[in-house]
Amino acid sequence: MSQVPLSHILMVSAALFFIGMYGLFTRRNMITMLMSVELILNSVNINFVAFNRYLYPDKLEGVFFTLFVIAIAAAEAAVAIAIIINLYRNFHSIDVEDADEMKF
Amino acid sequence: MGASAVIFYILSFLVLVAGLLAVTSRKIFRSAIWLLFSLAGVAGLYFWLQMEFIAAVQIVVYVGGIVVLIIFSIFLTQQSGRDLPAPVRSRAIFSVVAVCLGFVLTCVVLRQYAFGQTGHSVAGAGVDKIGTQLLSTSEHGYVLPFEVISVLLLAALIGCVVIAIKLKPEDK
Repeated sequence: MSQVPLSHILMVSAALFFIGMYGLFTRRNMITMLMSVELILNSVNINFVAFNRYLYPDKLEGVFFTLFVIAIAAAEAAVAIAIIINLYRNFHSIDVEDADEMKF
Repeated sequence: MGASAVIFYILSFLVLVAGLLAVTSRKIFRSAIWLLFSLAGVAGLYFWLQMEFIAAVQIVVYVGGIVVLIIFSIFLTQQSGRDLPAPVRSRAIFSVVAVCLGFVLTCVVLRQYAFGQTGHSVAGAGVDKIGTQLLSTSEHGYVLPFEVISVLLLAALIGCVVIAIKLKPEDK
Protein backbone atom coordinates (compact mmCIF):
# COMPACT_ATOMS: atom_id res chain seq x y z
CA MET A 1 0.00 0.00 0.00
CA SER A 2 2.83 2.39 0.80
CA GLN A 3 4.31 1.95 -2.68
CA VAL A 4 1.52 3.97 -4.27
CA PRO A 5 1.43 7.69 -3.44
CA LEU A 6 -1.82 9.18 -2.18
CA SER A 7 -2.10 11.46 -5.22
CA HIS A 8 -2.51 8.48 -7.55
CA ILE A 9 -5.53 7.24 -5.60
CA LEU A 10 -6.98 10.75 -5.63
CA MET A 11 -6.45 10.92 -9.41
CA VAL A 12 -8.30 7.63 -9.87
CA SER A 13 -11.20 8.93 -7.80
CA ALA A 14 -11.17 12.25 -9.70
CA ALA A 15 -11.29 10.33 -12.99
CA LEU A 16 -14.24 8.29 -11.70
CA PHE A 17 -15.97 11.51 -10.60
CA PHE A 18 -15.57 13.09 -14.02
CA ILE A 19 -16.72 9.90 -15.79
CA GLY A 20 -19.89 10.17 -13.69
CA MET A 21 -20.18 13.87 -14.59
CA TYR A 22 -19.91 12.97 -18.30
CA GLY A 23 -22.73 10.46 -17.92
CA LEU A 24 -24.86 13.01 -16.08
CA PHE A 25 -24.29 15.57 -18.86
CA THR A 26 -24.97 13.33 -21.85
CA ARG A 27 -27.58 10.82 -20.70
CA ARG A 28 -31.26 11.75 -20.86
CA ASN A 29 -32.63 8.52 -19.41
CA MET A 30 -33.39 8.78 -15.70
CA ILE A 31 -32.07 5.33 -14.75
CA THR A 32 -28.73 5.92 -16.48
CA MET A 33 -28.49 9.34 -14.82
CA LEU A 34 -29.03 7.60 -11.48
CA MET A 35 -26.15 5.22 -12.33
CA SER A 36 -23.90 8.24 -12.99
CA VAL A 37 -24.82 9.68 -9.60
CA GLU A 38 -23.83 6.37 -8.00
CA LEU A 39 -20.41 6.56 -9.70
CA ILE A 40 -19.91 10.10 -8.39
CA LEU A 41 -20.83 9.07 -4.83
CA ASN A 42 -18.40 6.13 -5.07
CA SER A 43 -15.54 8.41 -6.09
CA VAL A 44 -16.24 10.54 -3.01
CA ASN A 45 -16.12 7.41 -0.84
CA ILE A 46 -12.75 6.39 -2.28
CA ASN A 47 -11.43 9.84 -1.35
CA PHE A 48 -12.67 9.55 2.24
CA VAL A 49 -11.18 6.09 2.73
CA ALA A 50 -7.85 7.02 1.12
CA PHE A 51 -7.46 10.17 3.25
CA ASN A 52 -8.33 8.15 6.34
CA ARG A 53 -5.79 5.47 5.47
CA TYR A 54 -2.89 7.64 4.39
CA LEU A 55 -3.14 10.82 6.46
CA TYR A 56 -4.89 9.78 9.69
CA PRO A 57 -4.32 6.03 10.06
CA ASP A 58 -5.04 6.11 13.80
CA LYS A 59 -8.52 7.58 13.41
CA LEU A 60 -11.76 6.26 11.97
CA GLU A 61 -13.57 9.41 10.77
CA GLY A 62 -13.28 8.55 7.07
CA VAL A 63 -14.85 5.16 7.72
CA PHE A 64 -17.87 6.74 9.39
CA PHE A 65 -18.34 9.33 6.65
CA THR A 66 -18.15 6.55 4.06
CA LEU A 67 -20.71 4.46 5.94
CA PHE A 68 -23.14 7.40 6.20
CA VAL A 69 -22.66 8.30 2.52
CA ILE A 70 -23.41 4.68 1.54
CA ALA A 71 -26.55 4.65 3.72
CA ILE A 72 -27.81 7.95 2.29
CA ALA A 73 -26.99 6.80 -1.26
CA ALA A 74 -29.05 3.66 -0.72
CA ALA A 75 -32.03 5.70 0.53
CA GLU A 76 -31.61 8.13 -2.37
CA ALA A 77 -31.53 5.34 -4.96
CA ALA A 78 -34.67 3.75 -3.51
CA VAL A 79 -36.61 7.05 -3.52
CA ALA A 80 -35.35 7.90 -7.02
CA ILE A 81 -36.50 4.55 -8.40
CA ALA A 82 -39.92 4.99 -6.77
CA ILE A 83 -40.21 8.41 -8.46
CA ILE A 84 -39.06 6.92 -11.79
CA ILE A 85 -41.68 4.16 -11.62
CA ASN A 86 -44.37 6.72 -10.79
CA LEU A 87 -43.28 8.92 -13.71
CA TYR A 88 -43.29 5.94 -16.07
CA ARG A 89 -46.84 5.16 -15.01
CA ASN A 90 -47.97 8.70 -15.82
CA PHE A 91 -45.87 9.58 -18.89
CA HIS A 92 -44.99 6.10 -20.28
CA SER A 93 -41.40 7.32 -20.65
CA ILE A 94 -38.46 7.90 -18.33
CA ASP A 95 -36.73 10.45 -20.53
CA VAL A 96 -36.14 13.70 -18.66
CA GLU A 97 -37.20 15.72 -21.72
CA ASP A 98 -40.66 14.14 -21.61
CA ALA A 99 -41.32 15.00 -17.97
CA ASP A 100 -42.07 18.68 -18.51
CA GLU A 101 -45.21 19.11 -16.43
CA MET A 102 -45.17 19.82 -12.73
CA LYS A 103 -48.77 18.71 -12.12
CA PHE A 104 -50.82 16.07 -13.85
CA MET B 1 7.10 -1.41 -8.63
CA GLY B 2 5.96 -4.13 -6.29
CA ALA B 3 3.03 -6.50 -6.49
CA SER B 4 0.88 -4.22 -4.34
CA ALA B 5 1.24 -1.30 -6.74
CA VAL B 6 0.53 -3.56 -9.73
CA ILE B 7 -2.67 -4.76 -8.05
CA PHE B 8 -3.70 -1.15 -7.41
CA TYR B 9 -3.20 -0.10 -11.03
CA ILE B 10 -5.05 -3.16 -12.37
CA LEU B 11 -7.96 -2.49 -9.99
CA SER B 12 -8.19 1.19 -10.87
CA PHE B 13 -8.00 0.38 -14.60
CA LEU B 14 -10.91 -2.05 -14.13
CA VAL B 15 -12.93 0.55 -12.20
CA LEU B 16 -12.36 3.32 -14.74
CA VAL B 17 -12.94 1.22 -17.88
CA ALA B 18 -16.10 -0.35 -16.45
CA GLY B 19 -17.33 3.09 -15.33
CA LEU B 20 -16.65 4.58 -18.77
CA LEU B 21 -18.53 1.74 -20.47
CA ALA B 22 -21.38 2.15 -17.96
CA VAL B 23 -21.92 5.78 -18.95
CA THR B 24 -21.40 5.30 -22.72
CA SER B 25 -23.02 1.93 -23.50
CA ARG B 26 -26.08 2.24 -25.75
CA LYS B 27 -27.89 -0.72 -24.22
CA ILE B 28 -29.25 0.12 -20.77
CA PHE B 29 -28.98 -3.41 -19.42
CA ARG B 30 -25.30 -3.70 -20.38
CA SER B 31 -24.79 -0.32 -18.81
CA ALA B 32 -26.15 -1.67 -15.51
CA ILE B 33 -23.86 -4.72 -15.70
CA TRP B 34 -20.81 -2.50 -16.33
CA LEU B 35 -21.84 -0.42 -13.33
CA LEU B 36 -21.86 -3.65 -11.30
CA PHE B 37 -18.26 -4.41 -12.36
CA SER B 38 -17.19 -0.86 -11.56
CA LEU B 39 -18.70 -0.99 -8.07
CA ALA B 40 -17.15 -4.40 -7.42
CA GLY B 41 -13.79 -2.93 -8.48
CA VAL B 42 -14.27 -0.12 -5.97
CA ALA B 43 -14.86 -2.79 -3.32
CA GLY B 44 -11.55 -4.33 -4.43
CA LEU B 45 -9.88 -0.96 -3.93
CA TYR B 46 -11.22 -0.87 -0.36
CA PHE B 47 -9.79 -4.36 0.23
CA TRP B 48 -6.48 -3.10 -1.16
CA LEU B 49 -6.62 -0.18 1.29
CA GLN B 50 -7.16 -2.74 4.11
CA MET B 51 -10.65 -1.47 4.92
CA GLU B 52 -12.36 -4.84 5.00
CA PHE B 53 -15.55 -3.65 6.67
CA ILE B 54 -16.13 -0.86 4.13
CA ALA B 55 -15.46 -3.32 1.31
CA ALA B 56 -18.03 -5.74 2.73
CA VAL B 57 -20.58 -2.94 3.11
CA GLN B 58 -19.86 -1.81 -0.46
CA ILE B 59 -20.52 -5.30 -1.81
CA VAL B 60 -23.65 -5.84 0.29
CA VAL B 61 -25.26 -2.43 -0.28
CA TYR B 62 -24.11 -1.45 -3.78
CA VAL B 63 -23.48 -4.67 -5.65
CA GLY B 64 -26.16 -6.65 -3.85
CA GLY B 65 -28.73 -3.92 -3.31
CA ILE B 66 -28.61 -0.86 -5.51
CA VAL B 67 -27.59 -2.58 -8.77
CA VAL B 68 -30.28 -5.22 -8.31
CA LEU B 69 -32.80 -2.42 -7.65
CA ILE B 70 -31.66 -0.65 -10.82
CA ILE B 71 -31.95 -3.84 -12.87
CA PHE B 72 -35.46 -4.44 -11.54
CA SER B 73 -36.48 -0.90 -12.42
CA ILE B 74 -35.06 -1.38 -15.94
CA PHE B 75 -37.25 -4.44 -16.33
CA LEU B 76 -40.28 -2.51 -15.03
CA THR B 77 -39.88 0.61 -17.15
CA GLN B 78 -37.97 -0.22 -20.31
CA GLN B 79 -37.84 -2.55 -23.24
CA SER B 80 -34.34 -3.76 -22.40
CA GLY B 81 -33.51 -4.83 -25.96
CA ARG B 82 -33.99 -1.36 -27.41
CA ASP B 83 -31.00 0.94 -27.86
CA LEU B 84 -30.83 4.23 -26.01
CA PRO B 85 -30.75 7.30 -28.26
CA ALA B 86 -27.26 8.63 -28.92
CA PRO B 87 -26.41 11.87 -27.10
CA VAL B 88 -26.76 15.12 -29.04
CA ARG B 89 -23.41 15.68 -30.77
CA SER B 90 -22.81 19.25 -29.59
CA ARG B 91 -23.75 18.32 -26.03
CA ALA B 92 -21.40 15.32 -26.10
CA ILE B 93 -18.49 17.41 -27.42
CA PHE B 94 -18.95 20.14 -24.83
CA SER B 95 -19.34 17.55 -22.07
CA VAL B 96 -16.05 15.90 -23.06
CA VAL B 97 -14.29 19.27 -23.11
CA ALA B 98 -15.70 20.29 -19.73
CA VAL B 99 -14.91 16.93 -18.14
CA CYS B 100 -11.33 16.86 -19.50
CA LEU B 101 -10.69 20.43 -18.36
CA GLY B 102 -12.01 19.61 -14.90
CA PHE B 103 -9.88 16.49 -14.66
CA VAL B 104 -6.71 18.30 -15.79
CA LEU B 105 -7.38 21.12 -13.32
CA THR B 106 -7.86 18.62 -10.49
CA CYS B 107 -4.67 16.77 -11.40
CA VAL B 108 -2.66 20.03 -11.51
CA VAL B 109 -3.92 20.99 -8.07
CA LEU B 110 -3.19 17.49 -6.74
CA ARG B 111 0.37 17.58 -8.09
CA GLN B 112 1.10 20.87 -6.36
CA TYR B 113 -0.30 19.93 -2.98
CA ALA B 114 2.09 18.24 -0.58
CA PHE B 115 0.30 15.70 1.58
CA GLY B 116 1.92 15.19 4.95
CA GLN B 117 1.13 12.21 7.09
CA THR B 118 0.02 13.25 10.55
CA GLY B 119 -1.00 9.97 12.13
CA HIS B 120 1.61 7.70 13.63
CA SER B 121 0.62 4.10 14.06
CA VAL B 122 -1.34 2.03 11.60
CA ALA B 123 -4.01 1.00 14.03
CA GLY B 124 -6.23 -0.87 11.57
CA ALA B 125 -9.95 -0.45 11.19
CA GLY B 126 -11.35 -3.57 12.83
CA VAL B 127 -15.08 -4.07 13.14
CA ASP B 128 -14.88 -3.97 16.94
CA LYS B 129 -13.33 -0.49 16.90
CA ILE B 130 -15.79 0.78 14.31
CA GLY B 131 -18.76 -0.56 16.27
CA THR B 132 -17.55 0.82 19.58
CA GLN B 133 -16.94 4.30 18.26
CA LEU B 134 -20.09 4.33 16.12
CA LEU B 135 -22.35 3.72 19.11
CA SER B 136 -20.37 5.62 21.71
CA THR B 137 -21.90 8.68 23.37
CA SER B 138 -18.56 10.19 24.34
CA GLU B 139 -16.79 13.05 22.58
CA HIS B 140 -15.83 11.26 19.36
CA GLY B 141 -18.86 9.00 19.23
CA TYR B 142 -21.24 8.88 16.30
CA VAL B 143 -24.43 7.73 18.01
CA LEU B 144 -26.45 10.85 17.09
CA PRO B 145 -25.82 10.61 13.30
CA PHE B 146 -26.49 6.88 13.61
CA GLU B 147 -29.93 7.52 15.09
CA VAL B 148 -30.67 10.32 12.63
CA ILE B 149 -29.83 8.05 9.70
CA SER B 150 -32.10 5.33 11.04
CA VAL B 151 -34.96 7.84 11.04
CA LEU B 152 -33.94 8.90 7.52
CA LEU B 153 -34.06 5.30 6.30
CA LEU B 154 -37.52 4.85 7.84
CA ALA B 155 -38.69 8.06 6.14
CA ALA B 156 -37.24 6.87 2.81
CA LEU B 157 -38.99 3.51 3.22
CA ILE B 158 -42.39 5.08 3.86
CA GLY B 159 -41.79 7.70 1.15
CA CYS B 160 -41.02 5.02 -1.46
CA VAL B 161 -44.20 3.13 -0.63
CA VAL B 162 -46.29 6.33 -0.80
CA ILE B 163 -44.75 7.48 -4.09
CA ALA B 164 -44.81 4.16 -5.92
CA ILE B 165 -48.18 2.90 -4.67
CA LYS B 166 -50.83 2.39 -7.35
CA LEU B 167 -54.10 4.08 -6.49
CA LYS B 168 -57.33 2.41 -7.49
CA PRO B 169 -59.30 4.35 -10.10
CA GLU B 170 -62.08 5.37 -7.69
CA ASP B 171 -59.56 6.81 -5.21
CA LYS B 172 -58.13 9.27 -7.73
